[in-house]
Amino acid sequence: MDVQTWTFIIVGGTFALYIGIAIKARASTTGDFYIAGGGVHPVVNGMATGADWMSAASFISMAGLISFMGYDGAVYLMGWTGGYVLLALLLAPYLRKFGKFTVPDFVGDRYYSNGARIVAVVCAVFVSFTYVAGQMRGVGVVFSRFLEVDINTGVAIGMAIVFFYAVLGGMKGITYTQAAQYCVLIFAYLVPAIFISILLTDHLIPQIGFGGELGGAIGTQVADGETIKLLDKLNQLNTDLGFAEYTSGKKSMLDVLCITGALMAGTAGLPHVIVRFYTVPKVRDARISAGWALFFIAILYTTAPAVAAFARTNLIETVSEANYAQVEGEKSIPQWFKTWEDTGLLAWVDKNSDGKVQYVAGAALAGKPSFTDQRGSHGERLVSNANPETQNELYVDRDIIVLANPEIADLPAWVIALVAAGGLAAALSTAAGLLLVVSTSISHDLLKRVFVPSITEKQELLAARIAAAFAVMIAGYFGINPPGFVAQVVAFAFGLAASSFFPAIILGIFVKRANREGVISGMLVGITFTASYIIYFKFMGGTADQFWFGISPEGIGSLGMVINFIVAFVVSRFTPETPKDVQELVEHIRVPAGSSGPTAAH
Amino acid sequence: MTTGSKQDNADRYWKRNLRILFSLLAVWWLVSFGAGILWADSLDSITIPGTGFKLGFWFAQQGSIYVFVALIFIYSWLMNRLDREFDVRED
Repeated sequence: MDVQTWTFIIVGGTFALYIGIAIKARASTTGDFYIAGGGVHPVVNGMATGADWMSAASFISMAGLISFMGYDGAVYLMGWTGGYVLLALLLAPYLRKFGKFTVPDFVGDRYYSNGARIVAVVCAVFVSFTYVAGQMRGVGVVFSRFLEVDINTGVAIGMAIVFFYAVLGGMKGITYTQAAQYCVLIFAYLVPAIFISILLTDHLIPQIGFGGELGGAIGTQVADGETIKLLDKLNQLNTDLGFAEYTSGKKSMLDVLCITGALMAGTAGLPHVIVRFYTVPKVRDARISAGWALFFIAILYTTAPAVAAFARTNLIETVSEANYAQVEGEKSIPQWFKTWEDTGLLAWVDKNSDGKVQYVAGAALAGKPSFTDQRGSHGERLVSNANPETQNELYVDRDIIVLANPEIADLPAWVIALVAAGGLAAALSTAAGLLLVVSTSISHDLLKRVFVPSITEKQELLAARIAAAFAVMIAGYFGINPPGFVAQVVAFAFGLAASSFFPAIILGIFVKRANREGVISGMLVGITFTASYIIYFKFMGGTADQFWFGISPEGIGSLGMVINFIVAFVVSRFTPETPKDVQELVEHIRVPAGSSGPTAAH
Repeated sequence: MTTGSKQDNADRYWKRNLRILFSLLAVWWLVSFGAGILWADSLDSITIPGTGFKLGFWFAQQGSIYVFVALIFIYSWLMNRLDREFDVRED
């Protein structure tokens, strides 16, 4: 069977599974819709959190990103996992004790202010839409590449699926489909990784092969008779071609610290992740559930850097100095090179007209390839934006690493189909979680808690469904017409979460003295500072040499967070104390059982 | 029993809770920001025996993540024990 048939079978099968689960897990109350009735098993919640968290970017782009960044890729690995430690220790158990449905619920009640509630709603909706546009686009890209349908048709199919289970099942439907999606995506990620680990190092487990010696079918060729560790060989290959050593970094240490910090705090402050901990029955379930979530995430996050190193070694070895045209008896480029060149994710310019691929440090092109419709003398697609200042002839899009891995390693057709299904599972599960945050923010935080408190349970559920339906359509619109700045706004999402929600929630739990005035001013100053820095450097042409202390916009959320904390402390000191009943609320959430809380006092 | 002693119990529980938090977060900081970033360069002079991993690089791309997972399970276990000790466990 060919790849396309396999893809139809596997993707079709997984979709049928998701729909089946959605029908079984319909929501009948707002409690079901917002927090799955609060009865989800901690391990299932851990899996669902994993799928919720691991987006199209984690699945498709991350390994590729690390592959080109080497050591510096650690900012994503540590940032996006270390945040769970903060979440588990500092937020999840207390928010679970607090109960209720959303993050704005907590901010609004703890700071006795609908103003704070609305600021939280606006941030939650902005962060969620920022993210979801990228997911829908990811769905479209996977569809178009593997099923050869138009990107827009792909987005529409994705919308239809998400619409079905998010609108019908709410959090209940999403939770169980996400658990299934986790299984699909992790299987799809591990199978090619294991194959490649065997081919390059002869080790079954990628995490071990990563530190092992070259061996196996491809690895032996790379080693060329030497006995050498994969990472040593990779450092050697990288430096020979003028790149930085793979295991050492290029970014400044302060910048690495700041980016890691911002990603950690941002992760812990993202509303679609936090809300998952409202769905388990007890405080102790919230604690262990965060552990399971990180365990399931870590399986992918420790495999990704191994895949990155394997792919990097294999890429350099396969393409460097290879003839573009097939030359008998000499090294020539493999078939996948041309397949991906056709999709536009790879481009080659023969700058020195020797017919061979020179892959060295420096940007081969000015930005992404802009192809002319002509072919060059070797049959390559010509581009009009070659960068004459470098010797590098090869442009490689980072997304290729994961998507083309099965082809690069010559794996069977069903593995390629599996990767397509995995990418879709990652994108759809994240999209659904985010859309739910948007719909809950509108039906619960805005309608029920602020504007129409008299709304009945049934009306609120209907409002939640309508809001979810609209959110799906808006997300679909952004997927079809992606704003050019999607990649840039991801820095925004983490920066905003780190400089607004994270300090507000931490202070709310750990510092009784933190009051309404302090925390609202802290959030406003933190957001304004972070947003201005990002806008200046991402949209108004600020250049890298103007960075404060060399901190890039991705890392500025760390500084924004510190500023938020300081402002909140100072202002809280000079304004009226937190009211007694709110202080009792804080006492109440600090202890799992209700013995010393306000419920016992009444 | 007066509400005073209940309050006392809750305060002591909270102090013990904070002590657990600070110890675990210290480890969290040491493996990531410490070993993975600040001291990564000097740790890189050590290679983990039998592998090609330089120690700083390994902490940054593998080790810190394993420790993070362990930390949350340890936290969960310590807190459940503390809950029982102070009789504040939910049923």
